[in-house]
Amino acid sequence: MAIITKLALGAGLAALLSTAAHADLTGKVIGFSQIGSESGWRAAETSVTKSQAETRGIDLKFADAQQKQENQIKAIRGFIAQGVDAILIAPVVSTGWDEVLGEAKEANIPVVLLDRGIDASPDLYLTGVASDQVKEGAVAGKWLIDTLAGKDCNVVELEGTVGSSPAINRKKGFDDAVGATSNIKVIRSQTGDFTRAKGKEVMEGFLKAEGGGKGICAVYAHNDDMAVGAIQAIKDAGLKPGSDILVVSIDGVPDIFSAMVAGEANATVELTPNMAGPAFDALDAYLNGGTVPEKAIITESKLFTQADDPQGEYDRRKGLGY
Amino acid sequence: MTRPTAQIRPAPQPPALRHRSVTTALLRPQFLALLALLGINWLLFPGFFSITWQDGRLFGSLIDVLNRGTPVAILAIGMTAVIATKGVDLSVGAVMAIAGAVAAVMVTSGQPAVLAVAAALAVGLLCGLWNGILVTTLSIQPIIATLVLMVAGRGLAQLITEGSIVTFTDPVLIFIGTGSVAGLPTPVVLLIGLTILTTLAVRRTALGLLIEAVGINRSAARFAGIKAGALLLVVYAFAGLCAALAGLIVAGDIRGADANNAGLWLELDAILAVVVGGTSLLGGRFSIPMSVVGAMIIQAMNTGILISGFSPEFNLVVKSAVIILILVLQSPFAASFVQRRRLKVAPGAQVSAQQGDRA
Repeated sequence: MAIITKLALGAGLAALLSTAAHADLTGKVIGFSQIGSESGWRAAETSVTKSQAETRGIDLKFADAQQKQENQIKAIRGFIAQGVDAILIAPVVSTGWDEVLGEAKEANIPVVLLDRGIDASPDLYLTGVASDQVKEGAVAGKWLIDTLAGKDCNVVELEGTVGSSPAINRKKGFDDAVGATSNIKVIRSQTGDFTRAKGKEVMEGFLKAEGGGKGICAVYAHNDDMAVGAIQAIKDAGLKPGSDILVVSIDGVPDIFSAMVAGEANATVELTPNMAGPAFDALDAYLNGGTVPEKAIITESKLFTQADDPQGEYDRRKGLGY
Repeated sequence: MTRPTAQIRPAPQPPALRHRSVTTALLRPQFLALLALLGINWLLFPGFFSITWQDGRLFGSLIDVLNRGTPVAILAIGMTAVIATKGVDLSVGAVMAIAGAVAAVMVTSGQPAVLAVAAALAVGLLCGLWNGILVTTLSIQPIIATLVLMVAGRGLAQLITEGSIVTFTDPVLIFIGTGSVAGLPTPVVLLIGLTILTTLAVRRTALGLLIEAVGINRSAARFAGIKAGALLLVVYAFAGLCAALAGLIVAGDIRGADANNAGLWLELDAILAVVVGGTSLLGGRFSIPMSVVGAMIIQAMNTGILISGFSPEFNLVVKSAVIILILVLQSPFAASFVQRRRLKVAPGAQVSAQQGDRA
């Protein structure tokens, strides 16, 4: 039952997200090598990809690599042997793909990378679909600038895991955006390891260190989970998240939308789990019309605020496996 | 001048504090380290020791240190017992995730919270028993036996939560994680209770002695009539139970079970807390309250880093530097160095040192 509901909800979202149902890929066989189920977002990406394939009438061969590159390479070789029409890969690491992608190229099977890039010659794959992490940070920064409209604001930043590319890029995007203003200052920045528990702990520390939170006007978290943790810390300190301290974060997971419904979060920048939609569009154009797409397709980094029907967004995402 | 002989080496410390005055106990390197760290935190942030009363509970950085240090401290209590038997339990972090997942999934599917808590603790106990059976019946080395559950356990937890964070609003679970009793956070109250109960159990009964005997020499203990196998089962089951309690606290704290991250790498922090507390990894000598102090040392450092405003790239470097310093301070080398200095100052000290050896 639960699975059917999930599929139904997924299909609903997919219908919303896709521009139109492309009948042109009907009957095509496409292999999809997914990394595994490392996070809720990844699970959502898998379910959206499956429902996207279903609405387009694609026969999707799904392979879960359980976070291992050798499993992905095996899966790709399996797809080539089956003679699929195209292959989607969400690569677990960036190196070591030359040989197996060379085999796919020889077999004339176009390959599309999802979500992450690889270090390989660009002619080994058709295109890659990914989000622009720097832009995600910039969109969050721009929201804050617009909301404050010139008022002075001290921001605390909850960073992702030290050294990870989303942490570096989302920090850069945000810092560049607010750095250009004179009214917004990032006064404290610490890593919350992308987790709720660490987000809460770090925020507790920030609140104590800044006079019980009086010196903080906004918190920017590199992902929603840390923001959810920070919201709890703000409440524990006797302040109102969303009004006393503004909360902006990135990802667009269901729990941040329920926080928005409660007025406790202000804005989130969506990292869409629909990487497959643009990938299928590109494949459609390539297989049916011979149009070679650009090497990098960037997904939209859409901003959601309390005004954008958070309850509806929550309901739409709830069943996707986040 | 007579060269100090082997007699004045620091002898293995006696198992309990019975022969020590309170002052000597408080002058241990662990307490000094904790005080020093708190002092550094105070220098970095002058409001560190200020505690206010807010919304019916105490509120301040010091309370944060206690509250945030609690999960590792609870793990360390179970870990101390295991390490005292010359074992180690790497699975406690994963067991935390499993316990949190079980409780969260049960309350979200409409079960009463009391049942969910009981089930989570029971699952922790079972996980501990599983480890114990691998170690005793199958005689697998503890590090390997518990590695199995460390790896598989997180997968189990992810299966239970289906890979997502299960958010709940159950007041009982939230109370365990974030409530307060008499102004103190519930986790801290649970920790104090557990520390007192466990310490009494191992020091006021023969249990502690038996654990030490098994840890020093399992065969000899068995020949002396101790049921080593049963004792080990009990100890591992207790570590599992502690892990489950810590898992409940962590889940209640964030109002959700995060199978991917709950308790991740905390087994290492727990082992570190035990070692910093002065328990030997070779088994035998152990102290449960000192392991709790060890956990608080680690947390005082973490909180210090948070409020210091260092860039996060320095976190691990600062942490490891402090830990190396603490371990050097309490090493046999440092102890003998201090003792040698004392000998030079007071010639009579040698006599008392020898007496201390026999105490």
